[in-house]
Amino acid sequence: MSTRPARALPSGPIRQHRGRGVAVVGTDIDTDRIIPARFLKCVTFDDLARGAFADDRTELGGAHPFDRSVHQEASVLVVNSNFGCGSSREHAPQALMRWGIRALIGESYAEIFFGNCLAMGIPCLSAEPATVRALQEAIAADPGAELLLDLEALEVELESEFVGANRWPVHLDPGPHQMLVSGQWDATSQLVAHDAELTATATALPYLNGFR
Amino acid sequence: MSAGTLYDKVWDLHRVADLPGGSTQLFIGLHLIHEVTSPQAFAALRDLGLTVRHPERTVATVDHIVPTTSQARPFADPLAEEMLATLEANCSAHGITLHGLGSGRQGIVHVIAPELGLTQPGMTVACGDSHTSTHGAFGAIAFGIGTSQVRDVLSSQSLAMGKLKVRRIWVDGRLQRGVFAKDLVLHIIRTLGVKGGVGYAYEFAGPAIEALSMEERMTLCNMAIEGGARCGYVNPDATTFAYLQGRPHAPSGEAWERAVAWWSHLASGPDAVFDHEVRFDAAAIAPTITWGITPGQGIGVDETVPTLEQTAPEERPLAQEAYRYMDLQPGSPIAGTPVDVCFIGSCTNGRLSDLQAAAAVAKGRQVAAGIKAFVVPGSEQVAAAAEAEGLDAVFTAAGFEWREPGCSMCLAMNPDRLEGRQVSASSSNRNFKGRQGSASGRTLLMSPAMVAAAAITGCVTDVRELLAA
Ligand code: SF4
Repeated sequence: MSTRPARALPSGPIRQHRGRGVAVVGTDIDTDRIIPARFLKCVTFDDLARGAFADDRTELGGAHPFDRSVHQEASVLVVNSNFGCGSSREHAPQALMRWGIRALIGESYAEIFFGNCLAMGIPCLSAEPATVRALQEAIAADPGAELLLDLEALEVELESEFVGANRWPVHLDPGPHQMLVSGQWDATSQLVAHDAELTATATALPYLNGFR
Repeated sequence: MSAGTLYDKVWDLHRVADLPGGSTQLFIGLHLIHEVTSPQAFAALRDLGLTVRHPERTVATVDHIVPTTSQARPFADPLAEEMLATLEANCSAHGITLHGLGSGRQGIVHVIAPELGLTQPGMTVACGDSHTSTHGAFGAIAFGIGTSQVRDVLSSQSLAMGKLKVRRIWVDGRLQRGVFAKDLVLHIIRTLGVKGGVGYAYEFAGPAIEALSMEERMTLCNMAIEGGARCGYVNPDATTFAYLQGRPHAPSGEAWERAVAWWSHLASGPDAVFDHEVRFDAAAIAPTITWGITPGQGIGVDETVPTLEQTAPEERPLAQEAYRYMDLQPGSPIAGTPVDVCFIGSCTNGRLSDLQAAAAVAKGRQVAAGIKAFVVPGSEQVAAAAEAEGLDAVFTAAGFEWREPGCSMCLAMNPDRLEGRQVSASSSNRNFKGRQGSASGRTLLMSPAMVAAAAITGCVTDVRELLAA
């Protein structure tokens, strides 16, 4: 069914990514569209790639960007505004990641979606509408061109013999930025390390102490 | 920067540590879990060799996948059965209380925690479900999280969070007869947009909000997330305390007085500073209904589907997509639009007062020919209370089906779903493409009373006409 390459899941510091782009155009694309609820009947995330945009893909009968042969190796998803709104389901970014996506560039994201991606080591970079439009046009003109994301400099570069070389700034808030480039995007180990502080906070909370 | 708001006070009380990168480690006072977003979190915990830090602060129920006709085990759907069995095994392995089917306390997670008195003012509440914002009705800071964060809460009873800005939404006046909290929140989202709340917590305040019951406040806060705000809240007041008193997990005896004093001082004070404020007039709001494919595409029932010219330029591509998908003509009245399926339920509108409002419309009338209409109580307790006052009989006499509690056709992970291009009048919270189980199914969101009116007439109808008759 698919010729997509197996790609390692994110680990460690995320400073750079190089890969082809795939554009999914439209505002307010919700997580029900990214993965319809019937695919949520599972107890592991392993098999979710097949659910990515499933209903949109059926509706478009092979013409969806995720089905087009030129995009099968893509790893950078380019989107418009409020991407990932709606349900908190982590199945949505998991489905994208397991399909092969390793970074997103878009006008804006819903907060829970952004946080879910961060916890998986998938940067959601924001960019000016003009940048997103330029990227979408460049991907349409030359789907084989590679995007180079520089997470440290917060820039995206595109090199293509058809559309020329270009470089645009992208944005990431300082907190998530630092977490990704330092490799501390997976919060669990930091949270469990503060056990004494956690006990102190809990001890001072009236509702845990009979409101004394 | 906001200051002196309930949000600020609760945030400060729950700070554990500052994390590298500028986020804050926040203690989570109440963690709610269900079968859909927890299995992978427990698996990750096992892989990391971690345990559950505070099993007594996590409470589980089963809601999304349960059938609403027969709940006999094993379920007919083996995947649903596997999900429930996995939740049962995880809860028993980690000492977590599970309010399972037939316990008398099962139901939609956002319905049961308030009715058990688990949700209280001043708490931080997290759940792997975006409608966790519901619990803000109590003056809690409550937000939805993803599965990786469910793992974090299980392992550390805390989360890495960034602080939100606070917008006060002040509502003057009173809602008219036949206009409900659902209409109010659809109106707010229609006005501020589905991304208007991104980066904000919404504080709902003002005379119209103070006049709302706790169940109405839950409807309002439930849909804060549909306006992009990760959490929404109402300051705790006498209505809040009256609701909580005597509930199984509410404080009692001397602790009750101390609790009320503490809760009262958490409310945003007169000198509170907000990052942004907006005002609405409740009296000007009509029964509101969505015509499109996001909860922001709403109009009064007496209005027409907006034309492209009436739509802001940046919203036009979405409007065009919605005309096509919904097969509605711009400029045509929404009233009179035929419907096929009428669904009353969900964490937005599956509580006792919702069923009472719908039953008041259905009583003595008949569901129109060819319409499938069904009522799914939000919890076993809601079902029992409704049956005790005979609402089930009112509904069944009118031709509605009376079902077992669960999420049902809100997201259609169980057998309740739209077929093909069916149009549903739904009291739930999302009208996204494909949301109700058919990739081409269409959803019109409205209040439970409006759903009942649509069931009776077979088309979108201003419920005020039926209430007057
Ligand atoms: S009723 Fe709907 S929105 Fe509420 S928890 Fe269930 S599926 Fe989610």
